[in-house]
Amino acid sequence: MSNAPVDKGRRRFLTVATSVVGAAGAVGAAVPFIASWNPSAKARIAGAPVEVKIDKIELGQLVRVEWRGSPVWIIRRTPEMLASLNETEKNLRDPDSQVAQQPVYAQNQHRSIKPEWFIAVGICTHLGCSPQFIPKSFSVAEGVESGFFCPCHGSRFDIAGRVFQSVPAPTNLVIPPYYFVDDNTVIIGEDEGTA
Amino acid sequence: MMKRILLAVAFLIPSAVFAAGPSMPLDKANYDLTDNASLQRGAQIFMNYCLGCHNAQYQRYQRTFEDIGIPVDLGEELLQFTGDGVGSHMVSAIDKSAAAEWFGLTPPDLTLVSRVRGADWLYTFFRSFYADESRPFGVNNVIFENVGMPWMLEELQGTPRKVTETKVVNGKEQEVTVLTTDGNGRLNAEEFDQAMLDLTNFLVYVGEPVKLERQRMGLFVIGFLFVLLVLTILLKKEYWRDVK
Amino acid sequence: MNRIIEWIDARIPMSNTMKLHVTQYPAPKNFNIWYIMGSLALVVLVNQIVTGIWLTMNYVPSAEGAFASVEYIMRDVEYGWLLRYMHSTGASAFFVVVYLHMFRGLMYGSYQKPRELLWIFGMLIFLVLMAEAFMGYMLPWGQMSYWGAQVIISLFGAIPIVGDELTTWIRGDYVISGATLNRFFALHVIALPLVLVILVFLHLIALHEVGSNNPDGIDTKRKKGSVPKEEQSPFEFHKHYADKYDIVDSVPFHPYYTVKDLVGLAGFLILFALVIFYAPTMGGFFLEPPNFEAADPMRTPEHIAPVWYFTPFYAILRAVPIKLLGVILMFGAIVLLFLLPWIDRGNTRSMRYRSIWHKLNIFQFVISFIVLGYLGVKPATDIYTMMAQIFTFLYFAFFVFLWFYSKNEKTKPLPERLTK
Repeated sequence: MSNAPVDKGRRRFLTVATSVVGAAGAVGAAVPFIASWNPSAKARIAGAPVEVKIDKIELGQLVRVEWRGSPVWIIRRTPEMLASLNETEKNLRDPDSQVAQQPVYAQNQHRSIKPEWFIAVGICTHLGCSPQFIPKSFSVAEGVESGFFCPCHGSRFDIAGRVFQSVPAPTNLVIPPYYFVDDNTVIIGEDEGTA
Repeated sequence: MMKRILLAVAFLIPSAVFAAGPSMPLDKANYDLTDNASLQRGAQIFMNYCLGCHNAQYQRYQRTFEDIGIPVDLGEELLQFTGDGVGSHMVSAIDKSAAAEWFGLTPPDLTLVSRVRGADWLYTFFRSFYADESRPFGVNNVIFENVGMPWMLEELQGTPRKVTETKVVNGKEQEVTVLTTDGNGRLNAEEFDQAMLDLTNFLVYVGEPVKLERQRMGLFVIGFLFVLLVLTILLKKEYWRDVK
Repeated sequence: MNRIIEWIDARIPMSNTMKLHVTQYPAPKNFNIWYIMGSLALVVLVNQIVTGIWLTMNYVPSAEGAFASVEYIMRDVEYGWLLRYMHSTGASAFFVVVYLHMFRGLMYGSYQKPRELLWIFGMLIFLVLMAEAFMGYMLPWGQMSYWGAQVIISLFGAIPIVGDELTTWIRGDYVISGATLNRFFALHVIALPLVLVILVFLHLIALHEVGSNNPDGIDTKRKKGSVPKEEQSPFEFHKHYADKYDIVDSVPFHPYYTVKDLVGLAGFLILFALVIFYAPTMGGFFLEPPNFEAADPMRTPEHIAPVWYFTPFYAILRAVPIKLLGVILMFGAIVLLFLLPWIDRGNTRSMRYRSIWHKLNIFQFVISFIVLGYLGVKPATDIYTMMAQIFTFLYFAFFVFLWFYSKNEKTKPLPERLTK
């Protein structure tokens, strides 16, 4: 406790230095609290890729499997369904799938690896309901026989999950990463070669 | 040479406050959580011999393999005999109610056994079985009297025996109990001790898989706090120059 | 910036409150290390609340799920282990700082007039804290959680006539069960923390009304007009204090005690981190080994002892062979602390200026408390029980001695101004 005059510069420097280090500490202390909100090991394991046998699926049939708690559709499309994709294009918001709602290998007209097999996350891009699969007499207005209709707010998608204009959903349905192990088995949840 | 466990009954040390079981001096388990080879050998013993009846129901295979340096697909192929996928918990395939009938109680879960009993107790326990015809499974244990389980590791250790010998302890002749084996196991005494140390090591790991990470993180946190301490001391001194 | 502050000040008294309680609050300038504990207790309280909220996000309050959910937090949740160790270590740290805080009050007579109510609020905090810790220890649903709760709740069975029904009512079952766990969970995570925060608020309001005591135990707020200007403290204090008193030997709480408390906080955090990262079970004292085994109503662990912060009172309970008397003495040991301001009939606060008898009495009281704490973790053998009886006697004798000698105690003259 000296009588020396107050050294303003030193005082300011120490105050700033302590504040900066203290703030860094506070940020560091926040890390565990923030990180603990990430999916836990349990959730990550539940969200692991799923293997699906597809040899029993008939033409025109939809099968639902669960991946990361969401329904994933597997549909074996008929040639008529695939043909309808040409007719819907003029009425679509994003016919060429410009918006990144799919892996690059599904950025094509049929939005899939193999044209016959359509695999998509069955969650409407509007507010998260699960649309219905309508294989017959889908919509007179859109002029096609098959597609998806969301009961919550009336959004419509064609049989490749592409969204029609004049409905609330903004984008096409999401295509998850997947690959075929062989003709009868598909892995949903990861790209080929990442395992 | 047969390594023996001396049970110096004359020098009973009062049990530590929290030690479980009867008062017996425990052998020190010099385990090393950084020794992946030891942990992997321990895991192998655990999966092959213990997991038949016991669970480690809070621990997952995948995490275990990753933490102790086993490639996950290799571990799944060679070490995982139960469960639904490599992410599942280490749960025995044994029928729990049948086991309860067979052993008189459900075999306890072993995830946290190292935290309940301590590493030294486990290491000593594994090496304290002896043949005892009066027991239903033909074995007893020196530090866990009337233990209700068969001795699965006999094929490694050989048939363990408890014998009384006269020995010179502290200059006096005394009757002491020593444990030995018939020498009919796959491992010699030193190899067996090492194997039990590996198993102990693995159980310590399973008890708290985050232990190494915890200790590593502590260094950074405490280092940082020392910097903060020095700064606050300087700051305090600077301000208190005002006070006469 | 100034306009924002003005805007707020026109609506709530923000700046004025800051000045009144922080930047222009007079605090005696000779606080020593014992005066850090209050601030630290506040920090630990915040730690407990925040980590507690985060633990609640993954904890499952049911007899079937509780134990597994704690292991889920320890293994599956990112940094869950750290949050849990911060909370469990924080519980013990809370008692460390609170016991030292109480000891400080004892040494410097901080309970004496006019701080009786401040002391009472503090004791209420201590009482609620014990209930909070007890209920929290039950939540992991390990063997110690279960059997510890069994023993403590059974204490109420000693109450004549209604005892048995009371214990059944507390448990909501004939033994400790999921019903007990659920109600204790509710009390632990919301009811008691709320009470605790309110009491801490009242404790601080009471403190700021009467002002801090100091190691010399003399007043630093003197009668207006009794101290010449050049003798008064040179700092600017809020007119709430300066208009009523001449203030000597004091400094504004901020920045002087904030920077000083920061030093103490950094030192404390180093010790805290050492435990969290290198000894989270503290050799079985903070987290007891049997509690790593799930609760089993069919089998009591071989040796059960409460967590260390309850052991002095537990030792008093066990020292008495009659159940009801033991319970009365145990609660009496706490009730007497409440009455301390009236048991001590002296006028000199600090033990620095009190008689040798007072110093010896405090010394033996602290020793008795520590020895009782030690005995509480040991099994009840004959010799330990006898020791527990002796030290229980000494614990209570402290209050009896104090009552007698404090009436006409020979004290040293008080200094006119604070010493270093």
